[in-house]
Amino acid sequence: MHTLPLAWVLGASIAYLALLFTVASWADRRAASGRSVIGNPWVYTLSIGVYCTAWTYFGSVGRAASSGLWFLPIYLGPTLAMLLAWSLLRKMVRIAHTQRITSIADFVASRYGKSRALAVLVTLIALVGILPYVALQLKAIASGLTVLTGTHGAAGAPWWQDSTLAIALLLAGFTIAFGTRHLDASERHEGMVAAIALESVVKLLAFLAIGAFVAWGMFEGPADVFARAAADPALAPLLRLTGSTGGDARFAGGQWFALTLLAALSLLFLPRQFQVMVVELVDERHLRRASWAFPLYLLLINLFVLPIALGGLLHFGRGAADPETFVLSLPLSQGASWFALLAFVGGLSAATGMVIVEAIAVSTMVCNDLVMPWVLRARPGRDLSRWPLPVRRAVIVLLLLLGYLYFRIAGEAYALVSIGLISFAAVAQFAPALIGGMYWKGATRAGALAGLLAGFALWTWTLLLPSIAKSGWLPQGFLADGPFGIALLRPEQLFGLAGLDNLTHALLWSLLANIGLFVAVSLARAPSAREMRQALRFVDVFHHEGQGAAPGHMRWHATDPLAELRQLAARFLGADAAARMFADYAQRSGAGRVERIEPDAQLVRHVETQLAGAIGSASAHAVVATVVEEESLGPADLLRMLDEASQVRALNRQLEGLDRLKDDFISSVTHELRTPLTSIRAFAELMRDDPDMPAEQRQEFIGLVVAETERLSRLVNQVLDMAKMEAGHGQWRREAVDLRELIEHALQTTSELFRERGAIVTVQQPDQVPSLMADRDRLLQVLINLLSNAAKFVPKGSGRVLVTLSTDAKGATIEVQDNGPGVPPEQQQLVFEKFRQGGDASNRPQGTGLGLPISRKIVEHFGGRMWLKSAPGQGACFGFELPWMHETPGDPS
Amino acid sequence: MSAKHVLIADDEANIVISLEFLMKREGHRVSVARDGNAALEAIRRERPDLVLLDVMMPGKSGFEVCQAVRADEALAGVKILMLSAKGRDTDLAKGNALGADAYMTKPFSTRELADKVREMLGRS
Repeated sequence: MHTLPLAWVLGASIAYLALLFTVASWADRRAASGRSVIGNPWVYTLSIGVYCTAWTYFGSVGRAASSGLWFLPIYLGPTLAMLLAWSLLRKMVRIAHTQRITSIADFVASRYGKSRALAVLVTLIALVGILPYVALQLKAIASGLTVLTGTHGAAGAPWWQDSTLAIALLLAGFTIAFGTRHLDASERHEGMVAAIALESVVKLLAFLAIGAFVAWGMFEGPADVFARAAADPALAPLLRLTGSTGGDARFAGGQWFALTLLAALSLLFLPRQFQVMVVELVDERHLRRASWAFPLYLLLINLFVLPIALGGLLHFGRGAADPETFVLSLPLSQGASWFALLAFVGGLSAATGMVIVEAIAVSTMVCNDLVMPWVLRARPGRDLSRWPLPVRRAVIVLLLLLGYLYFRIAGEAYALVSIGLISFAAVAQFAPALIGGMYWKGATRAGALAGLLAGFALWTWTLLLPSIAKSGWLPQGFLADGPFGIALLRPEQLFGLAGLDNLTHALLWSLLANIGLFVAVSLARAPSAREMRQALRFVDVFHHEGQGAAPGHMRWHATDPLAELRQLAARFLGADAAARMFADYAQRSGAGRVERIEPDAQLVRHVETQLAGAIGSASAHAVVATVVEEESLGPADLLRMLDEASQVRALNRQLEGLDRLKDDFISSVTHELRTPLTSIRAFAELMRDDPDMPAEQRQEFIGLVVAETERLSRLVNQVLDMAKMEAGHGQWRREAVDLRELIEHALQTTSELFRERGAIVTVQQPDQVPSLMADRDRLLQVLINLLSNAAKFVPKGSGRVLVTLSTDAKGATIEVQDNGPGVPPEQQQLVFEKFRQGGDASNRPQGTGLGLPISRKIVEHFGGRMWLKSAPGQGACFGFELPWMHETPGDPS
Repeated sequence: MSAKHVLIADDEANIVISLEFLMKREGHRVSVARDGNAALEAIRRERPDLVLLDVMMPGKSGFEVCQAVRADEALAGVKILMLSAKGRDTDLAKGNALGADAYMTKPFSTRELADKVREMLGRS
């Protein structure tokens, strides 16, 4: 077989990586100058293609060669996830962007009240869980290199001669150069995304090229390959949907389902997928394109998997060559070295893409959630802005070294696909806490912790340890007889559950325990107020937009909170970035200068989210808590929680003191209440102190006390009315209202007033009026208000009031015209305002200053409007029009 | 003590009635103004010994009236007792700063008011 000189292969690889690097730098420069290249749905779709790694490139062919169509569920899952779970992804994205989430650990921690413990746990699971996956990439590149160059540098050699180690270190260096050039993790890695998109194109084209080479270059098209395979008794079973081990002739539906589900969850929850799909997403609308374009990408990249696998088996014969490197060995066998080199670069591309994004995502998590909290405690008060970048770089190196270690320990025993599936199963443990947290408000931190711990423990026991044991690092009896000979604890037949392949077995146990504990522990205790607040922000993310919690009341630990917050920001962001951030905030908040910023809840939230970008939300929350006490719940939060009837008990306490009426309203009401009280008290005391008061005098005073008391009651009722209407809690009915009858009723009620005043009322109205949909009692209230106003202001003895009702196609109009003094022009705007009474002082005792404002609110509620027309000396004319039908918000109908 | 002249400046009819009754019972001569402008005119015209001055009145507020009176040296002998239904500390401070001699919040005790008026008139 042909081979290529190592130098050529290395040269081509390094040239390719340099190309990726150039593209990334170019995209970063474009982004810096405001001409982003990634604001495009196709680039977004291609960047999701980072899902296809060396696993796809080498592993799928190997899998197809050994078990036929069993390579498919890994692509079927993501396809279904994109097509069906699209709304879940959209919700995840919306939450992440509103909460400034930087990683999957951040997401879970933030959902459960910014829990540090959860952040740590999710980070650990991601870190450990991802190691097999990294090992897979290293193994694929190493064995590809072996095939291509004919040298043997793989697992057998001592570590310092091991080319795999060199590959791991090279990738680490490249990733560091790539992804950790600047800090703020939520500042998107535009360069990385652009390079990943290019990388997706390269691996797809390379794979298609090899496929075409095999199908048409070595055979007479795909049909020919399939026909020949079907004719070969050894290969024919590969084309059927039987059990993956080949021996069982039945279709193993359970296993298909498990694999499909696993792959679907991995698409959503693998750290690198979360990074490109959620964190790096520029525009939510791109999701729409990706929802069909990404499945299309998967279809294309899988098109030639079977032809290559079958072609390799037909060409080399079974067992003669490693199917996982068919993409290289087939072109080499034809002497097409350049084609093989192209294939290798494609595979390298797939592997590097995965390693880069995964390492950046995981290093961000480890830095923010494991290292920085520790540094914070160890070095209180120091400038920490220079810490995160070196920490992230160190984590990247560590991740690749650990991946290499796993490769040395367990890499030989498993096929590529099986190694990858171990990682998938680890990541699947995030699903209950994450999906549950997005849709179930009752989910609690304790539930999430319990579920994750149990799932992770069972995953370790049933998948990770066996993978190490099978490579001979643990005694053989561990698998066969169980630890210490306890058969019930056998990792691959836990509690006697046999008959399943090891993956389905592990998945069943770990997810069962995970979901079971998550639900049970969550149900055992109601969420705390803090958990509830986050729950509502996550679950109801689409309902409460723009309704950023109103500033809550802050209690400061610090004497000069603004100065302390500035100092804090400088510690984590660096002095320059912190200064810029505060200057920015001062501009936007209207304070102008930094010194004049109001240190309120909004500022605290702003600083916290900015810090979250650098050190993760859980850490940021803890840091800010050193300056300010726990953010108390704002009114908006409380109202949201009130929607949750079951939570009312827990929140009653916090409701106390919550004042829903505006300050100026209260102050006006206070004044208006004290005025009648003043008269009542004065008259009562005067009578008390003067037992000999003449009876007529006493009678007059008592009459005045009664009148003032009535005014007080009216005022209280109207204030309540007004408050309810303003808060949107008025009781509104909708019924057919006969306007002629309404006018008659109102005139009857006010007839005594007019009679006392000696006024004459006339009515002009059509004989027939259609009925109008509104609340009859409320309209009656409006009409009585207008009529009694008129009665007050008409001249005594010669009052004339004209009530007219007219209709047109749109609705009805009622006007009340009097012959009083009219309203001076400068007061006409004021009469509809609260507590602004018109007229002279002698009329005051009857008025509350709320009648007209309430009337206008009622009319407006039913879609109408109210007005005043008045010219000096010609009386006043109050009128309103109402549409026949109006869709009012909040109607019970 | 000879009869003193008390001006009642308030726009609330019933409060005026009760104050009028109280002041007359105390033996004072009483006149009434129903808004701020009328109050200022009456003070300039009649030079009362004491004004019971409501803060919230149409036309001119009690504060404005108070300020105008204190700016006029000819009216230096006029005592001012401010009455307000707002009764906030800031209002009290404002009244004092503008030169009011005393300040009471509504609803007031008629006895306390009568005592206060007697005390203020007695001092002069």
